[in-house]
Amino acid sequence: MTTQNTTIPTGDNRLLEETRSTKKVGWLERTVGTDLYRILKGMVKTPTSVIGMILIFIFILIAIFAPVIAPPVGNDPYKMPRDGFMGEPQAPGSPWTRNVPEIPFWYKAVTGNEEWVHLLGTAQGQYDIFYGVIWGTRTAFQTGFIVVIATVLIGIVMGSIAAYYGGGVDNAIMRITDIFMTLPYIMMALIFSAVLTPILGRSLLPPMIAMISFGWMGYARIIRSDILSIKERDYVLAARASGLKNGRILFKHILPNAIYPTLVLATLGFGDVVLSFAALSFLGIGTEVGYADWGQILSFARNWITSLDNYWYIVVFPGLTLTMFVMGWNLIGDTLRDVLDPRMRGKI
Amino acid sequence: MQYWRWLTGVVDPVTGERDGGILYGDFGYSRTASQPVIDIVRERFPNTVDLALWTIYPMLSIGIWMGVQAAVNQNKFFDQAARVYSIVGTSFPTFVFGLLLLMLLYAKAGWFMPGKQSNWVTALIYSGELKQYTHLLTIDAILNLRFDVLWDALRHMIMPIITLSYINWATFVRVTRSSMLETLRQDYVVTARAKGLKEKDVINNHARPNAMLPVVTLAGSSIVGLLGGVVITETVFNYPGIGKAAADAAAQLDVVTILGLAIFTGTILIITNLIVDVIYAFIDPRVRLT
Repeated sequence: MTTQNTTIPTGDNRLLEETRSTKKVGWLERTVGTDLYRILKGMVKTPTSVIGMILIFIFILIAIFAPVIAPPVGNDPYKMPRDGFMGEPQAPGSPWTRNVPEIPFWYKAVTGNEEWVHLLGTAQGQYDIFYGVIWGTRTAFQTGFIVVIATVLIGIVMGSIAAYYGGGVDNAIMRITDIFMTLPYIMMALIFSAVLTPILGRSLLPPMIAMISFGWMGYARIIRSDILSIKERDYVLAARASGLKNGRILFKHILPNAIYPTLVLATLGFGDVVLSFAALSFLGIGTEVGYADWGQILSFARNWITSLDNYWYIVVFPGLTLTMFVMGWNLIGDTLRDVLDPRMRGKI
Repeated sequence: MQYWRWLTGVVDPVTGERDGGILYGDFGYSRTASQPVIDIVRERFPNTVDLALWTIYPMLSIGIWMGVQAAVNQNKFFDQAARVYSIVGTSFPTFVFGLLLLMLLYAKAGWFMPGKQSNWVTALIYSGELKQYTHLLTIDAILNLRFDVLWDALRHMIMPIITLSYINWATFVRVTRSSMLETLRQDYVVTARAKGLKEKDVINNHARPNAMLPVVTLAGSSIVGLLGGVVITETVFNYPGIGKAAADAAAQLDVVTILGLAIFTGTILIITNLIVDVIYAFIDPRVRLT
């Protein structure tokens, strides 16, 4: 070996040459960091996740421009306007006589009508479905954000405490997590929000609190396993050697390095949260009747199952909206899971 | 104090009789259903079991079959289709799917019905002509050799079964596929192929049994879920099981009923989980060692 490699005097350096990166680093990769760049690249290159992102982008636009798309009637924009009190649903395109909103600028150009009609028909009690679908987007984002952020926070606190202190604390917290994990989610959320409703009144709060209390376990587990691997690193030892307090080491040195996968996974939870919320309000839990909320519009359909073939619009429109919303998040989530999976590293 | 009373009940000082108390088997009186909670459980739980019994087989067999096929044909058409299905399936809300089924198969075509049984079956049960050995309607119908009753019960149950299988297949396909892919890369599969076994034998006898472990865990938890009350599906199809009872009570804020049902389902969950764990030890000898 020594005779052949005369140009390199000390040892065999071929391995070094082979592993040296020949890839050019673009400006985006430099600014956002290698990990995030890899994820972004994977997201943009996968067609399914692009479809998902387009769907979610449309929903964000709808939520932002809700007052333009469907101008609010009365004081509370989240209350669906009623056109009278008749029980029977009205077909799409039937005229709107009472509680008519103002006519926005796009209306005439898109529909060709001078006056407001019920674009997607009305549900039982003459609630306008179009209005409910548009403003329900805001409700969905609202509940989704609050529940996801709260569950992630609780999960991070529980998981990081368990992982950092270890031993008995770890055991106690993780066994509590296990117990919560075995409970059926919808059933427990249903029960808990039904218990909370008499105390808090009918609003978005009871189902949200219930979903937060039974939704944090997954995040706790993930952050725990990430911290367990990071807390053995040298810089943590250095921090400890320099005499920092436990809390400071945990929150300043360990968490910022471990939090990343949890935050990415939290975005996947968004669709599920909105789905469960809609399920709860479908079962009649949560907001008062007439609140713009997809689950509630669908729950009106329960009284008309014998003639659903005539009143198809009370199921199809809100149902498809909800499905599209959840599917958008799941499509993104599916790609993210692949990109984050260590076995897939280097393939995307 | 109130909670203690709810737990142990009140002893009447004169007669010495105990009134209420969950530890003594009295779950309280349901205001909304106007009957004791324990009667609700007694009436509704057999229906939930009945539905679960009929759901388990299509759920497991077709779900696992699809997952195995997807893994064997990795990146081919079937695999892509199964992948798309598992995303769409997890995104499709149960109640939207259920309502669409009702719209097409009940309101439009009239093939299947919501609820649990037709009126003439109810009359048959009340008249005592249909003896209730087990209180599971389908099993009773078979034991009584009344196949028209069985057919009627199945017509009512088929839509919940489709819905439950449909949403569970999505997760089964995903889990089976990834576990099967993992197993197909193992050395013993390569060995089996190398010694010239047929591809069918390799998959059915060498790869599939070893890929089943995570699937068994998933199956256990979904069976537990089926017994613990499938709240949404039962509510959509108006099927009188435990989940529907809980949903009705919750919608009317009847806390006594809800808590009683919660304790009951909790007990069921613990028992089923225990059974699943024991079965698990039989399937995988490695579990027994730890």
